[in-house]
Amino acid sequence: MLEIRDLRATAGDIEILKGINLTVNRGEVHALMGPNGSGKSTLAQVLAGHPSYQVTSGSVIYEGQDLLDMEPEERAQAGVFLAFQYPVEIPGVSNAYFLRAAYNEIRKSKGLEEIDSMDFIDLLEEKLKVVEWGPEIMSRAVNSGFSGGEKKRNEILQLALLEPKLAILDETDSGLDIDALRIVAAGVNKLRSPDRAFVVVTHYQRLLNYIVPDFVHVLSNGRIAMSGGKDLAHELEAKGYEWVEAASAAAAGAGA
Amino acid sequence: MSEAVLQRLDIRAGTAIAEGPDWLEPVRRAAADHFAKVGFPTSRDEEWRFTPVGPIAQGTWRPSPGVAAGVSADRLAPFVFGQAEWSTLVFVNGAYSEALSRILELPQGVRAGSLAEALRGDDAVLRTHLARHAPIDGSPFTALNTAGFRDGGLLHVPAGLDLERPVHFVHVTTPDATGTAIHPRNLIVIERGARASVIESYVTLAPDGVYWTNPVTEVAAAAGSWLEHTRIQRESERAHHVGLTHVDQERDSHYRSFSMAMGGALARHNLHVRLNDENIETLMYGLYLTRGEQVVDNHTAIFHDQPNCRSWEVYKGVLDGRSRAVFNGKVFVQPEAQKTDAKQTNRNLLLSDLARVDTKPQLEIFADDVKCTHGATVGRLDDVALFYARSRGVPREAAERLLTYAFAAEVIEEVALEPVRNELDRLVLDRLEARRGGAAGRG
Repeated sequence: MLEIRDLRATAGDIEILKGINLTVNRGEVHALMGPNGSGKSTLAQVLAGHPSYQVTSGSVIYEGQDLLDMEPEERAQAGVFLAFQYPVEIPGVSNAYFLRAAYNEIRKSKGLEEIDSMDFIDLLEEKLKVVEWGPEIMSRAVNSGFSGGEKKRNEILQLALLEPKLAILDETDSGLDIDALRIVAAGVNKLRSPDRAFVVVTHYQRLLNYIVPDFVHVLSNGRIAMSGGKDLAHELEAKGYEWVEAASAAAAGAGA
Repeated sequence: MSEAVLQRLDIRAGTAIAEGPDWLEPVRRAAADHFAKVGFPTSRDEEWRFTPVGPIAQGTWRPSPGVAAGVSADRLAPFVFGQAEWSTLVFVNGAYSEALSRILELPQGVRAGSLAEALRGDDAVLRTHLARHAPIDGSPFTALNTAGFRDGGLLHVPAGLDLERPVHFVHVTTPDATGTAIHPRNLIVIERGARASVIESYVTLAPDGVYWTNPVTEVAAAAGSWLEHTRIQRESERAHHVGLTHVDQERDSHYRSFSMAMGGALARHNLHVRLNDENIETLMYGLYLTRGEQVVDNHTAIFHDQPNCRSWEVYKGVLDGRSRAVFNGKVFVQPEAQKTDAKQTNRNLLLSDLARVDTKPQLEIFADDVKCTHGATVGRLDDVALFYARSRGVPREAAERLLTYAFAAEVIEEVALEPVRNELDRLVLDRLEARRGGAAGRG
């Protein structure tokens, strides 16, 4: 589904991704871990087409298409979804209006008819259950005045509604208390399916107790320094990121 | 020169001064004399520095023709939203049209109708309030209106009554208005403890018409009254519109204004609110949508003369093309006005590199125990917000429209009456839709 080859990207003059290689198949859940500044959030945002980053080399093939050649909306329409680390507040537009606009744009891109507001309300009611929410949230302005937990739940609600093929969660656990974390993680688990892949970016192993990954990758200094199964997350928790950096430096030294 | 303007507009020799009750005659004469003395403002005048009125001052305007023939209710349909539910008073080229107006049953004692009609009798409400609130020396345009007005909307809600359903004054121009000057005069008197909602619209059936509207609206909000006042200015984009709304508020009253401006080659609205007693609340919201070569100016002034009052002001603008907006917000807090709570915000969204804003908060505070803040911003759509919408599948242009709409909708939300909110929403969406058509046309 997703083939990332030697991906390099900069923010301004600073190179952040220094040659990422990663393959994700449908149905798989990949965790991307790593210390602050290792590039894991940048990778998530580059995949969604964030305008602050410039890809300087490498390729990303998604479902046979050159992802890097697509506009952010085309990526979304093709089934790529990024749950933001810092969801944007949009005062003045209700959550319902925004979600319906997004839902209809994706339908339009597939040549389907737009859904009317009554049918949309029925659909939403179903999706709201995924994040254990009542309908009140829909009349509030998008993320405006939402708590950190509410914002993250709103991202998962959007994920449930838009039904992407590839869902990238960028530090969805940051700023969540234990109850919100449980709801968000349960929402994600309900959305796991053999057709859908997840890339879960997180700093802490805690989230991975709830969303159990098939693969864990550890980023260090813009590269994937180590990959393994779900046990790698536990090992990291015990040994800390210095361990990966030391191991990776040693490997680089051995290779040189 | 200024005398010549008065002559040409039939204000000296014509019937405007002769008509009406005796008590009004000296007021009109004083107003005409004031205008003759000061004339039109120039850009050397601080109040008009950013808004050159040359196109008005140099025009050779004729008096307005009054009601035009051939205006059908159908043609007014796009402007009389809510007509089925509330009373609508229609003024065509400055004169009341009974045929086009529709007055629903009003609570006993409430009067809604033509000011000119009321002036034919000896009316205590008019004697007390008409031309008693808006000072003639406040602006040459106000003086000219006071000297020359013929008609406009009158609403009087007696003490303790709830108007329940709004009253809509619709001032419409037709192609017959081309080359003329119209001076609509509205009077809104809300007595002690009464409640009302008023909508005041300036619209046109001549979208390319060159004319000049010079309205003045006086509002008297008595103790304990509640009034929502929405002003919608949708003149021709080649017309000129210079208007004043003057509000006098008494103890415990609540006045909320929403001023929408989207028409006019040169459009100016002054909103002056005087807080004459304690425990008054004043909310002033505004939205201006400009494009092409439009110059749209909002000047607000709030006079905190007494303690324990609150004023809250938010004006927002969306500017496109080579248009220009001016915002000037004055807040005067007198030494007596302790515990004043005043907040002013002006935010501008530029859709074009060529659009320009001159924004100037002007706080003059002479009391020490007050909370007064102000803020002004001028900016573009936020890149991260655009990316957020696009990452949900919304294409760039639609995302820009969505966020622009959101920017405007945030202030429209403050309107209490839902049908008015819906109409304002529609106007914004229509304007954004027109922009899309225009952009496509330009390729």
